[in-house]
Amino acid sequence: MGDGLAIVGLTKSFGGLQVARDLTLTLPQGSRTALIGPNGAGKTTFANLLTGVLKPTSGKIMLDGQDIGSLNEAARVRAGIAKTFQITNLFRDLSVRENLRLPILEREGCTHHIFRRADGWRDIEAEITELMLELNIQSLADKPVRDLAYGQQRLVELALTLAVKPKVLILDEPAAGVPSTESHLIVEAIKRLPSDLSVLIIEHDMQLVFEVANRIIVLVNGAILMEGTPDEVVTNDRVRELYLGAAHV
Amino acid sequence: MTTPVLSSSPRRAATSLSVLLPSVCVLAGAALAFLMFPYDLSFLTRIVIMMIFVVSFDLILGQAGIATLGHAAMYGCGAYAAGLIALHLSPDPILGLAIGAVAGAVMAWISGLILLRTHGITLLMISIAMTMVLQEAASQARWLTGGADGLAGITVSPLLGLFEFDFVGQVAFIYSVSVLAGVLLLCQILISSPFGLALRGIEGSASRMRAIGTPVYRRKVTVYVIAGAIAGIAGALTAQVTGLVGIEVFNFSLSADVMVMLILGGAGRLYGALIGTLLFMVVHHLAASVDPFNWLFVIGFMLILVVFVLPKGLISLPTRVTQLLRRT
Ligand SMILES: Nc1ncnc2c1ncn2[C@@H]1O[C@H](COP(=O)(O)OP(=O)(O)OP(=O)(O)O)[C@@H](O)[C@H]1O
Ligand SMILES: [Mg+2]
Repeated sequence: MGDGLAIVGLTKSFGGLQVARDLTLTLPQGSRTALIGPNGAGKTTFANLLTGVLKPTSGKIMLDGQDIGSLNEAARVRAGIAKTFQITNLFRDLSVRENLRLPILEREGCTHHIFRRADGWRDIEAEITELMLELNIQSLADKPVRDLAYGQQRLVELALTLAVKPKVLILDEPAAGVPSTESHLIVEAIKRLPSDLSVLIIEHDMQLVFEVANRIIVLVNGAILMEGTPDEVVTNDRVRELYLGAAHV
Repeated sequence: MTTPVLSSSPRRAATSLSVLLPSVCVLAGAALAFLMFPYDLSFLTRIVIMMIFVVSFDLILGQAGIATLGHAAMYGCGAYAAGLIALHLSPDPILGLAIGAVAGAVMAWISGLILLRTHGITLLMISIAMTMVLQEAASQARWLTGGADGLAGITVSPLLGLFEFDFVGQVAFIYSVSVLAGVLLLCQILISSPFGLALRGIEGSASRMRAIGTPVYRRKVTVYVIAGAIAGIAGALTAQVTGLVGIEVFNFSLSADVMVMLILGGAGRLYGALIGTLLFMVVHHLAASVDPFNWLFVIGFMLILVVFVLPKGLISLPTRVTQLLRRT
């Protein structure tokens, strides 16, 4: 129990392009891991392999000792893997409250009900309120999501994913596109996440990575270049070369 | 586990009234029409039946965002099923409606299992093709369907054993209006349910729905079957009220008209389906009586106007007007 997520020999190619090369790593329960790497390194692809959006060419994915590789996306969510989207993916015409109602109704196995009101479960409504308070978005409850500022939408994106109560949370560039004045809101929200949750954060902003992660995996061309503590990673010559190189382009 | 809220709060009372609102509006409007146009009841009945059909399409297009051009398939199956039952088994109208609903639902289930695995143009094309196949089958199976001549002489027994279907069409009108009111109530309940919210989620973002663990395909099949049952009811009503079923129930133009009516009125809210159908049918009726060959011109013009000026349909006219007023 509580082994967390173990990935063994995960490989994926799109036609001739190999975007995941024999990836092996573990995300123990409660870990805070960052996945960094240049654009096109295969970070999002890796996350999609974990959530079941993409099928791997080969390899194994184990959650708490169970092989979840054959499960479809919905079943993996129920098993406990959830991911935020790199590009905000919300129900734009629904209010924030309605957005959050959906994953909770789904988690509680209620979305097949036809003859009951969607807002008719008192504890679900209470949980929505609590979740909004946690992320400090309660004042936006009744606004349609399309009317929110981008930074606020990123918080809703996070809330929507937290609402499924995952064991493993994958954050794909949670602060991308958020003005720097608002990104601290997201950092704080991540820091407040339950400590038994295992978090994998994909991020370009090294400042943010250092604030939330205690282990970093560097992905280049679909392969793990190195893995270590933040200090080990920044002092690594190959990583420096990569990032300085990238900065010059 | 979760417990449902007790049904005593005032907010809940207000919202349960709002569930009744579309049905009440329809009943009031129908009563008015009944008094004002007592000699046009057969035309009014056609409008009401078409409203049922378009409302069923609103469930799939407006709520779940599934665009098809083959909704006549379910309507036609309902019509043939009700016609055959009345001719060969029992003339009871309510039984006919139930059989029509089952026929529409079964057709939707069988076709939906294939259709709903596809998207966009593929979905449109397959839905058209399926309806064509049905039309051809209905035309070939003369022993069952009467082929190109169709089923004629369908008669139904008095409604609930009490009300004989009269020559003027009063009973037929009241019968159809009652069915529409019932269908609207059902749809309104469905829309405010968790299932209805999930449909709107699928319409908004199917990929996000999958990411929160919703079996998207299964939900789509379910709503398709429900919409199919309602479309089947509309077909069954037509068969009972007109006494005829022909292969034109599977016409492509019927599926297309349904889409046009819904877009005109505005998809996603039941009122849009009602208003769009009313407008389409009345304009069609008037324009066709002035110029029986070029009435499509008027409808086409109206559609272009709505799509450009009111992309959310006529139902959005009030909000659009206030928007414009505020801007000036
Ligand atoms: N569905 C697909 N079909 C073909 N190629 C794809 C597909 N998805 C991604 N790729 C390619 O795979 C590579 C990795 O893409 P991925 O989105 O995983 O990169 P990333 O590390 O998330 O980059 P970024 O930092 O820009 O988000 C890229 O070269 C991309 O073009
Ligand atoms: Mg990416």
